[in-house]
Amino acid sequence: MTDIIQFRLNDKSVRLEVDGERMLLWVLRTDLGLTGTKYGCGEGYCGSCTVLVNGEPTPSCGYPVKNVAGKSVVTIEGLAKDGRLHPVQDAFIKHEAMQCGFCTSGMIVEAVGFLQKNPRPSRADILKGMEDHLCRCGTHNRVVRAIEEAASGMKGAVPK
Amino acid sequence: MSDEKYSVPRTDGNDDPMTLDRREFLKLFGGGIVIFFSAGDMIFPQEPTRLQTGRGGLPSDFNAFLKIGENGRVTLFTGKIEQGQGAMTVLPLMLAEELEVRPETVDIILGDTDLCPYDGGTFGSLTVRSFGPPLRAAAAEARVVLMELASEKLNVPLDRLEARDGAVFDKSRPQTKVTYADLAQGKAIARQAKQKPALKKPAEFKVMGKPAARRDALDKATGKAQYAGDIRLPGLLYGKVLRPPAHGAKLKTLDTSAAEKVPGARVVQDGDLIAVVHEQPDVAEAALAMIKVEYDLPPADLDDKNIYDHLIKAAPAGRAAAQGGNIEEGAKLAALTVEKQYLNAYVSHAAMETHTAVVKIDGDKATVWSSTQGPFRARDSVAQTLKIPTQNVHVIMPFVGGGFGGKTASPQAVQAARLAKITGRPVQVAWTRADEFFYDTFRPAAIVNIKSGISSEGRIVFWDYEVLWAGERSSQQFYNIPHHRTVVRGEWGGGGGAGQGGGHPFEVGPWRAPASNTNTFARECHIDIMAAQAGIDPVEFRLANLSDERMKRILRAAADKFGWTPAKAPSRRGVGVACADYLGTYLTTMAEVAVDRSTGRVQVKRVVCAQDMGVAVNPDGAMLQIEGCIMMGLGYALTEEVHFKGRQVLDLNFDTYELPRFSWLPKIETVLLDSPEVPIAGGGEPPIITMGAVIANAVHDASGARLLRLPMTPERVKAALGSSS
Ligand code: FES
Ligand code: FES
Repeated sequence: MTDIIQFRLNDKSVRLEVDGERMLLWVLRTDLGLTGTKYGCGEGYCGSCTVLVNGEPTPSCGYPVKNVAGKSVVTIEGLAKDGRLHPVQDAFIKHEAMQCGFCTSGMIVEAVGFLQKNPRPSRADILKGMEDHLCRCGTHNRVVRAIEEAASGMKGAVPK
Repeated sequence: MSDEKYSVPRTDGNDDPMTLDRREFLKLFGGGIVIFFSAGDMIFPQEPTRLQTGRGGLPSDFNAFLKIGENGRVTLFTGKIEQGQGAMTVLPLMLAEELEVRPETVDIILGDTDLCPYDGGTFGSLTVRSFGPPLRAAAAEARVVLMELASEKLNVPLDRLEARDGAVFDKSRPQTKVTYADLAQGKAIARQAKQKPALKKPAEFKVMGKPAARRDALDKATGKAQYAGDIRLPGLLYGKVLRPPAHGAKLKTLDTSAAEKVPGARVVQDGDLIAVVHEQPDVAEAALAMIKVEYDLPPADLDDKNIYDHLIKAAPAGRAAAQGGNIEEGAKLAALTVEKQYLNAYVSHAAMETHTAVVKIDGDKATVWSSTQGPFRARDSVAQTLKIPTQNVHVIMPFVGGGFGGKTASPQAVQAARLAKITGRPVQVAWTRADEFFYDTFRPAAIVNIKSGISSEGRIVFWDYEVLWAGERSSQQFYNIPHHRTVVRGEWGGGGGAGQGGGHPFEVGPWRAPASNTNTFARECHIDIMAAQAGIDPVEFRLANLSDERMKRILRAAADKFGWTPAKAPSRRGVGVACADYLGTYLTTMAEVAVDRSTGRVQVKRVVCAQDMGVAVNPDGAMLQIEGCIMMGLGYALTEEVHFKGRQVLDLNFDTYELPRFSWLPKIETVLLDSPEVPIAGGGEPPIITMGAVIANAVHDASGARLLRLPMTPERVKAALGSSS
């Protein structure tokens, strides 16, 4: 049951010959060697595996790879452009919004997708937007701060 | 310096010590200056006390060393690991401080069993507390060695020299100087830290106590940080292991034919190990699901409802952990007596990274990458499994995605080793989330019985305390009570096993701050109940019953920050307080909650945590850890509890086992008090232990409902509201 699937991955075109029913998470991590996207639960409960599909944050553990055909996928590895980190990455580093770091990729990717849709989120918007992401180390407070700062930075506004 | 021999206890069962002289050691590690030292928690309490060494056959009585290389770079080698607590950032700061170098010139190698000396494992805040002082002393000693060399080289007496920024200067003529690199050039000096050089006073600190960026931040923010599951090797196979439905289940029938038909899949059966390996992990898992299997289940007598009756009956006789005065005498002085029983549930570690390992075998050697808090333990278990000498196993530590006491052993590395041996290929075993819940060594469920009395003046006159199954830590109360007794029954499970006498239906083990969560919950709730019954504000009641000035200071600091105003509980404001002494770190937590009377849901709105941990080595890191503890603590306080029936674990994923979420995030404020006169304590765990009590006390203040059992689920809160109105 091999399918041929073409899509854009981190701004490059990719052609895959895989079983299209396999989940994107495993194809990314194994076939494509992009291990920044993590497995935390496999059933959509933790957000560790989040990637952007056409800009939309998507848990890749439950997303069959055939569904990415013709679409654009961005993973944590694809956020930096021309050697410059994405402002959300910068903000996570600045606010130390991580401990063990296992949830961090998924959080950053979600925040990037979320800010694209809602560039001026309130604190309540951020909490709601990040609700499906679990962090056992308890970095929530820093993550919220980082997203607040990234939001104000990306708009060029002065942080309040 | 002489070339004396080091005696090395062997690890292969032969008792003749091997010897290795300093030159041989330095050959292994290149030239330069090396200082060995031993840190306080070298040995895990459950391990035999014999020390072991890495493959290099290093000296025996140390578990870390630092090296000043001929290029002037400093490297710290330690068997400790980074599990998110910031060891890789904090330890180099401490080293840099005493050695007088810039932190950027310090590298750190963690947990590599070939390069680093034996270490029992990384447990919670132990790293900073017991590792810090010896590390600083070793660095200070290295500085002394360098200054002696400089004195010779510059021909300037020692007392005229000063070390700063990786060089030694003549104080009166700063242009006369020599760098550490020049001093280390062509040298091969090895010394064991023996003297007790004076450590710097906090006022002299240049880098400790100041904000420092995490060394792992960039890699973690870009997805580059490699965890065990991210290791890719040529020919790598992914193994998925069949999990029985219950502990103690016996295999009855097995049909693997469908799984074997999956292209590329291989079913492995080796004794109790049944697994599928494949070049794709998801295909291995899908094939595993095709195995038809039947088991005989053990009797389903115990479950999460009747477990406490069982544990109370099964609790072994106790021993007094602390005692003073005479309970009967105290009881006579009491105007009011309060007797309560407190219950706390089994909880899971639930690190976001499941147990994962990769094992690669080459002839009689093996390389292991394991998500573990104990790389040397992983090495020993893999060596035993493969029947090869310990020194033939090399464990390399990738990043670990959270441990919290749940990753002390490496059963997944043993599984990977068995599969690698059978298949002749490198194998990765990564547990599924359901595997993770099933094989976890839960924090033990526990019971605390307290009977106490207060005089008509509001003084606690007696305190009779008994803890069942949680263990001793934090059970000793610190209030000024003339007649008291603390009895511990059923010891904490240590590094595994089902507790003393096998009282638990599954293995239990350390969970962030073992025992302390339960003991602090019970004690601080009980104090509040007494205060409420006496009609005294809970902060005033505590202050009146404390004589420890450090504890009073931290309580006042929290009250200040929080804006605590005295009132008798329940004041309907929803505020609560709890204090604790966790291995020398003093803390007070205050919280404000709202209780939804119709749903029973508790929302924690604000938490203030004041902590006195001596000097915070890296205040940013300490704050991060405090915030993390507060968030993690909300879980065991409000929702986390393992559901089980018989020896079957019913929780398979995060739908039924609920972790704290963003919407729970309270406003968090922290106060760090310096206590330069006390030794530096760890900050990784203390604030988690007050979370149960501070929320229970705030819920009572908000609603009049007193919850004596954790977690305070909406159902339990509703039930308690019903009985309080
Ligand atoms: S791994 Fe996909 S949501 Fe948890
Ligand atoms: S940083 Fe460890 S799970 Fe979030």
